[in-house]
Amino acid sequence: MITDPISALLAVPLLAAVLLAVLPGYRLSAALNIIASLASLVLALLLLFYRPVANQYVVVDDLNVVFILLNSFVGFTTSVFSAGYIGHELRHARLSLRHLRFYHALFQLMQFGMALALLANNIGLMWVALEFATLTTVVLVGLYRTSEALEAAWKYFILGSVGIALALFGTILVYLAARPVVGEGMDGMVWTVLIAHARDFDPSLLNIAFVFLLLGYGTKVGLVPMHAWLPDAHAEGPTPVSAVLSGLLLNVALYALLRFKILLAANPLAVVPGPLMIGVGLLSLIFAAFMLYRRRDIKRLFAYSSIEHMGIIVFAFGIAGPLGNFAGLLQMTMHSLTKSAIFFSVGHVAQVKGTQRFVGVGGLTVTHPILGWMLVAAVAAIAGLPPFGIFTSEFLIATSSFARAPVLAALLVLGLLVAFGALLLRLNDLAFGEVKGATERMRFSCVPAFVHLSLVLVAGFWLPAPLVGWFHNVAALLG
Amino acid sequence: MHGMEFDVAHMLAGLLVLVSFMMLYQDRLYALLNVLALHAGILALSVAWQAFIQDAPHLYITAAIALGIKAILIPWALRRMVFRMGLHREIETVVGIGLTMLVGMALVALSVEVMLPVTAHADPVTREDLALALSVVLIGMLMMVTRRNAVSQVVGFLSMENGIILAAAGAHGMPLVVEISIAFSILVALIVIGVFLFRIRERFDTVDIGALEPFGGGRE
Repeated sequence: MITDPISALLAVPLLAAVLLAVLPGYRLSAALNIIASLASLVLALLLLFYRPVANQYVVVDDLNVVFILLNSFVGFTTSVFSAGYIGHELRHARLSLRHLRFYHALFQLMQFGMALALLANNIGLMWVALEFATLTTVVLVGLYRTSEALEAAWKYFILGSVGIALALFGTILVYLAARPVVGEGMDGMVWTVLIAHARDFDPSLLNIAFVFLLLGYGTKVGLVPMHAWLPDAHAEGPTPVSAVLSGLLLNVALYALLRFKILLAANPLAVVPGPLMIGVGLLSLIFAAFMLYRRRDIKRLFAYSSIEHMGIIVFAFGIAGPLGNFAGLLQMTMHSLTKSAIFFSVGHVAQVKGTQRFVGVGGLTVTHPILGWMLVAAVAAIAGLPPFGIFTSEFLIATSSFARAPVLAALLVLGLLVAFGALLLRLNDLAFGEVKGATERMRFSCVPAFVHLSLVLVAGFWLPAPLVGWFHNVAALLG
Repeated sequence: MHGMEFDVAHMLAGLLVLVSFMMLYQDRLYALLNVLALHAGILALSVAWQAFIQDAPHLYITAAIALGIKAILIPWALRRMVFRMGLHREIETVVGIGLTMLVGMALVALSVEVMLPVTAHADPVTREDLALALSVVLIGMLMMVTRRNAVSQVVGFLSMENGIILAAAGAHGMPLVVEISIAFSILVALIVIGVFLFRIRERFDTVDIGALEPFGGGRE
């Protein structure tokens, strides 16, 4: 029945979700969660070598393979991290076994939603899948049922719904633009058909559609001024969920936006989406960079850092050109890996110290050397220090924008420096300041964060030639 | 005959905008839920009319979903929730009703200004439908912004979704997949909302979002 990797990639998380919803016991379900995520990763790797022919519903091309692979990789490491994290939460009775079944099933359902959104060859299906993935994360964010978690989930739900509604309106407008050219019915929503005929679409309809899509999907990307849900959702949900939100869901929304950007770029009369994206990107970057100061909650700090990085990435794709797109893709990959590593470390820190407020945490490198230095490395990477990969990509973004618009590059660098200062300031207290909070040792696995950081470090020195070639292809696709 | 097709479609879509305005000045929760039912009922009529003039039988399903779930089931469930939980029957607004109405009018003008020029090549039914649908969406958003009470925010969201379904129905030959999934996701959304409302109830004995704010993380 399930013969090709695409349907298997969709079936694995679904089946796992059903099993996880009924199976009792923490060890069993955590193991099953890891196995299912590993299976997804293997299937995603298969897609590199096997490209099925696109049909009306699914497609695999150079662009979405990048996202699928990144998604399933981070999904897998997060499931490993989650096993240890959730075990601790259970022992401290912050979660009950019933919640746990719910958590694991939703985790896999979210993976399903994201995989479907990435694979979709149909702008309607992509929308449905993204909405589905969002709804599962809403419930996950509210998992702890504290008043803060409920407020965060409610805010996320309301803002996310408004965003998703606007995105659907934009999708309808794209269909209307396509209808006179490709005819009525399903074809008007199939991505491969749309892109082949995009040149003849009504440009003014496409322009309006893109504004709605940018507002709608931009809400999910966490772009300022539609970002209000993001810090709360990251701070109040379980930490594996924060890692997946920052590392994956934001990327999936960005992917949706990129698809439509390609569509607009293929139409010679439509507005160039670049300036719009550069505008919101810079706004997000600079706003978030200043918001990084005076945070009192560690996870909230790194949530703002995610807004900052999404701003940089959108900016890079707005600058476009082969170099800009390449740098954007690299930055996106590096950010996913680094940010999820940060959340893995912060999750352990919060468990050791019993708090995620800055006031209760200090001097980590003294009391917990491995964890402390891991956090130092991760924050150094996210702040853009060499020799980590983010330095490379940010450097590329800055140079490509210098070539095109020096003023914008100056603003970009300003934002980067402001954020850099805030992160190092905070890191100083966390890792080197006076010892605060509990000092007892705890057993946990640092392997997922370590793997992520090693990849980011290696990318800073050396990018394999096939990867570079591949990213160049995608960059050319993005126009 | 063509003139009549257009007139009826136009009238129904216009009625939907009118009922959206009626939502803006309700100050009682039960009355608001009645207006929501009316809103969805008109939507069902409008979609059914589109099904008739486009000769698109699958749209009748969308119309039936709108009637059955959105006009009957959801208002009933929300009403039950309000009753069971003993909520305040009054709706607290953030800004005055007069001002909200004025902003609503400005939003209608805006959406007509935006949509009519860009859809110049589309057929007139689609054109008018789209402009009015955008008005309904924007008024729904306005309602979500100006209400403090969780139930009325949900009502605002549902009316916004109604506007989008109107747009989807007005777009000739839009594939069925999308419409069914819209209905489906609204259902899912409602379950989520229900779960949340009950959890909020567990914690605060109120469904007034304002009561959540003292716990807010956003004011850091």
